[in-house]
Amino acid sequence: MDNIVGQKSSLTWVVNIAAAALVLLWTIPTFGLLVSSFRDRDQILTSGWWQSLFPQEASVHYRAGAPDTAVQEGGLYVIAGNVFDGAGGVVSAFGTNSRDPAAFAAGETVQTNDGYELTVSEDGAYRLTSAVPFEGTRGERFFVTTTQPPTFTTENFVKVLNAEGLGRGFLNTLTVSIPATVIPILVAAFAAYALAWMEFPGRALLIAAVVGLLVVPLQLALIPLLQLHLKAGIGKSYIGIWLAHSAFGLPLAIYLLRNYMAGLPRDIIESARVDGATDFQIFLRIILPLSFPALASFAIFQFLWTWNDLLVALVFLGSTQDQLVMTGQLKELMGSRGGDWEILAASAFISIAVPLAVFFAMQKYLVRGLLAGSVK
Amino acid sequence: MEQFFGAATTIVIGVGGCLLYFFLTNMLLDRIFPASGPNISRNINRANAVRPWLFLFPALILLTLYLVYPLFWSIYLSVMDANGRAFVGMSNYAWMVNDPKFLESMRNNILWLIVVPALSTFFGLLAAALTDRIRWGNFAKAMIFMPMAISFVGASVIWKFVYDFRPEGQNQIGLLNAIVEAFGGAPETWLTHEIVNSFLLMVVLIWIQTGFAMVILSAALRGIPEETVEAAILDGASPLQVFFRIKVPQIWGTILVVWTTITITVLKVFDIVLTMTNGQWGTQVLGNYMYDWLVRGQDSGRASAIAIVIMLLVTPIMIWNIRNARKEMR
Repeated sequence: MDNIVGQKSSLTWVVNIAAAALVLLWTIPTFGLLVSSFRDRDQILTSGWWQSLFPQEASVHYRAGAPDTAVQEGGLYVIAGNVFDGAGGVVSAFGTNSRDPAAFAAGETVQTNDGYELTVSEDGAYRLTSAVPFEGTRGERFFVTTTQPPTFTTENFVKVLNAEGLGRGFLNTLTVSIPATVIPILVAAFAAYALAWMEFPGRALLIAAVVGLLVVPLQLALIPLLQLHLKAGIGKSYIGIWLAHSAFGLPLAIYLLRNYMAGLPRDIIESARVDGATDFQIFLRIILPLSFPALASFAIFQFLWTWNDLLVALVFLGSTQDQLVMTGQLKELMGSRGGDWEILAASAFISIAVPLAVFFAMQKYLVRGLLAGSVK
Repeated sequence: MEQFFGAATTIVIGVGGCLLYFFLTNMLLDRIFPASGPNISRNINRANAVRPWLFLFPALILLTLYLVYPLFWSIYLSVMDANGRAFVGMSNYAWMVNDPKFLESMRNNILWLIVVPALSTFFGLLAAALTDRIRWGNFAKAMIFMPMAISFVGASVIWKFVYDFRPEGQNQIGLLNAIVEAFGGAPETWLTHEIVNSFLLMVVLIWIQTGFAMVILSAALRGIPEETVEAAILDGASPLQVFFRIKVPQIWGTILVVWTTITITVLKVFDIVLTMTNGQWGTQVLGNYMYDWLVRGQDSGRASAIAIVIMLLVTPIMIWNIRNARKEMR
């Protein structure tokens, strides 16, 4: 009889586990990249991020000190040092040949190909000795299998912000998205008020047109607008992309705001009219403050959309290094530094940090906007 | 810094200009047709006839210039040559139906159209049903909804990392290959594996869109009248029967809305394909193919023709939306 209201039963467990599985499935990919963005470059490439909390075994090659760093000790020439260069770790094996990089256990003394004697002890200290002076200019190469403690670092972020120019991209993105969010709101709010509360011929037709324009694919507008911008002398500039983003966001803005405003109580507006207020005053003093939730919903949408956009930025902004927005930079990095996951991970996280913050702070409005915005 | 001043100035000029426009035109209107004097009622009527257009004017200009005009200009460009100079009739379209890459894009777009909306809606419905019944439902919802805030490019980086490949013998750093190896399989370069790779790209979009479907469907589920559910339970329906026989039929309209909205997104998909495979290895789609002809091919005729095809695919949904909106307004 525990099934009587159809909720509390063994099913509760199944539901909880299924929901947990779904949540894990949806968050793990992001989490993996987040963890990787804090990992050491070499460790990312040699072990999965899920192993990042465990000691890392790696096989690396190391170059001993150059011949001119050798010192004489009782008839022997000696080059000594530590393969970890200060960082901790344990050497389990070493070798002198790339074909068998783990030939010898740590602590053994072996002959190298050049006839020197090499020993690498567990703590990473190595000692290369020779009866005759070392020759050449480069240090002797050998291989070590090491186990290092997991290391986490914020270096990747510093690196991409400065060396990879992501700091500049961040500013560019901000420069694109803020005006492109603010401008359409105002334009749309007036239009939405007219469509919701003013009587004029053709109103129904205009509303239908706005609904229709909601789905016009961006691709269609690219070439004509690019030509238009070039002819008008705007070219590839911020002004152009602001206008483009504003116009592309307008149908949704008008649609959202009109629906919201049309739902406001008629009495307020009519009593204001009776008191002699003009539509302009009604709009500014009554409608605009009351429409705040809808304005916020749209603002979040438009901000996320302009911040995350790639296509419009690629076409309407130039593609030189200091004109790129962050999504454009990410795209370039994926092409040119496809294997450097520490760079990609850190860059991706810088670019999605702001939208995620906005998302978590304003989720309520985002949900509200979605519910109002999907055409019913 | 300079850039910021530029942006700030634009906001001030743009917003200030807009406000100024609305203020001035409205003031002017009140001057020309004052709501006083001998012709007061005629003046008020005239002012009321003009004012809506003052409110609408900036929006109409932007919409016409940036959305309506390009529609017609694209049609014109699609019957012109690569530079838009000479009339070439339907030859861009004729080229299209014989171009293997275009046919591949069409095939992939149809695959995307079948798979992505269906699975996103399915997972969205599943997530909505599950999260509405658990105590930590809001947290779970936020986590599944989160990818909505991530850019397509960011999502591509995240998933490309999941699909990463290391040769056999090395430690796999991509989750997918690590799982495959754990079950005794051999690692694959997934993104170059034809057909499979298209589905792996679809996974990214499904991952993003499920949250959207979940939010809308969860609201719809909660809007179902309690009585219908209670009556079914009293009649001995099992929880699954309640869900599929009572709840789902009642939110069918919403499911359709979610489905069409995701369909539109799918038709425009571009970023994911560009950044993950750039249409290689049989993954091309219309959105990216159009961009390819625009930027790499420098052929506005062919690019426009492809854009028109995308528009044609969207049109049925557009008409359906308009009809529904008009029905609702009555």
